[in-house]
Amino acid sequence: MTSESVLKAQDIVKDLGHGAGMVRALKGVSLALVPGELTLLMGPSGSGKTTLLSILGCILTPTAGSLKIAGVATDRLSPEELANLRREHMGFVFQSYNLFPTLTALENVRIALDVRGQKGFPAANRAEEVLRDVGLGYRLKSYPGNLSGGEQQRVAVARAIASSPSIVLADEPTASLDAENGHAVMALLARIAKEQDRSVLAVTHDPRTLSYADRVLRIEDGRIVGEERRPEGLDAPEIADLTKRRKAHG
Amino acid sequence: MTLTLAFRNLFHDRVRLAVTLIGILFSIVLVAVQLGLYLGSSYMITANIDHAKADLWITAYGAKSFEDGGLLLTPRERHQALATPGVKAVIPLIVKFAEWRKPAGGSTRVVIVGTDAEDGGLEPWALVDGTWEDIKAPESVAVDRTYLKELGINGIGDTSQIATGRVRVRALTDGVRSFTQSPYAYTTLNRARSLIGDGERTTFYLVQLEPGADLNTVQQDLRGRLEGAEVLTKEEFRNRSLKQWLFRTGAGVALIGGALLGSLVGTVIVAQTLYSSTKDHLNEFATLRALGSSSGYIHQVILMQAGLSAVMGYLLGMTIALGILVLSQGSALPLVMTPGLAFWLFALTVGMCAISALSAIVKVTKIDPAVVFNR
Repeated sequence: MTSESVLKAQDIVKDLGHGAGMVRALKGVSLALVPGELTLLMGPSGSGKTTLLSILGCILTPTAGSLKIAGVATDRLSPEELANLRREHMGFVFQSYNLFPTLTALENVRIALDVRGQKGFPAANRAEEVLRDVGLGYRLKSYPGNLSGGEQQRVAVARAIASSPSIVLADEPTASLDAENGHAVMALLARIAKEQDRSVLAVTHDPRTLSYADRVLRIEDGRIVGEERRPEGLDAPEIADLTKRRKAHG
Repeated sequence: MTLTLAFRNLFHDRVRLAVTLIGILFSIVLVAVQLGLYLGSSYMITANIDHAKADLWITAYGAKSFEDGGLLLTPRERHQALATPGVKAVIPLIVKFAEWRKPAGGSTRVVIVGTDAEDGGLEPWALVDGTWEDIKAPESVAVDRTYLKELGINGIGDTSQIATGRVRVRALTDGVRSFTQSPYAYTTLNRARSLIGDGERTTFYLVQLEPGADLNTVQQDLRGRLEGAEVLTKEEFRNRSLKQWLFRTGAGVALIGGALLGSLVGTVIVAQTLYSSTKDHLNEFATLRALGSSSGYIHQVILMQAGLSAVMGYLLGMTIALGILVLSQGSALPLVMTPGLAFWLFALTVGMCAISALSAIVKVTKIDPAVVFNR
């Protein structure tokens, strides 16, 4: 763990359920996220990946252990204060995209800025800029129903990074995508980590994503069982490919 | 963006939006008609009292309304009132139910209102044909044109009979309707006395005060002098008349009850549809929560949905209510819509929708943002 970590979790324990049906989903997990890195959290189904992601995203509270976001301890924070932390420091990418079906791509990104109090033309301009950045400049006014899965996930990524959060948490970002779109989204997340100096944590069990990671954490039965650091400066060919496509679509 | 999201959420399911708007519309029309009838009734009940130029009313003890005074006051009370400091004038006014015999046969009840206009007490207002001078002519009366058919006559110049005396219609009013549905027949004081044949007795004395005289002082003074009679301010007599006709008869209770029922039905329908809409969009609200929105932001979206429903429902409801109002103007019980009532109806609609939004807000408050990872 480094001193510059933007997220630091220490001995996280999480019990789910009550009484005889109680299950210990996390059994003392510690990890830290640093800027400029794409970290993959890999493990089999039921290993506690999503529970850990929910805790790191201040959506679930741990049964024990401590979590600090940008130096702020999250224990004893109210749900509203936790929402503030998410708003100020985090962006989320969900497996099912979770876009608003009644809003256009541009509006889906704008609403993430709106909840942060960024309104009017500056917000609209920023949303457009981010969508162009992920290669969707030609889809600004399209509704999610008219976008492909890959395009929807790129809108979700744009929504996650629009407010320049220091941490981006992605839950199975490639699970609903075909190979080509899966690679494109991972390349995008890797580029965000590197070019924009953010901490990106992606939960996945998709081995195709490995080549994009700076670091891979393996979780099994609620414990981190392995950590593998990938060669620094890894630059997958898809990153360059995505940059080309982005330029082509403007 | 909250307005955009609220608007899109509403229009996303147009069938549900239609149900919501019909619910609000139904509620607004029902409340507008009920309260419009209530106001219309109130106006009819108090119109003569409101138009009379009287600071105080002397009535027989226990008189319940304008039509219920009897013929119990004598000139003695008038002289006692005139002798009271601060009193400028005491004007006799006769009001009494009587039989109107239709020229072609049959009869109906009318309310004779007898007073002398030159005394400055009460004269028929809204005269559209004829003048008070015409009414002073022998045998003359003024009636409202709404009731011509009811009275079995066609208009000016027609003759009829009240009790045992012949009368001729010399003037017509417009919009002077009677809550009792017995038309008012305005005539002079002496003709009223001759028609109902009760000597010098009268129903009310209208008391006008000297400039600067204190109303309460004169009222107390008159009460002390006039045993067996009551001395009421205009407001007291209005309230007593309203109480008699609207509440003792149950008519007003039924109208207010209808309005409450309308509000209740509207609230329930809007609550049901808003709740169901919120439930359908729960994952989106959970996503907003996960993105870090405050609960206030989400409540704002729901309240805006409620507000938009309220505005659209109100505009549609008021359009229909105003149509009904226009159609009712020729009837014996016309609806009344005032800017105040229109404002209160809008406030009621917004309030109704805001209350309806509570169930949705309670639902959304319990959102677990973790569901966004489980979809």
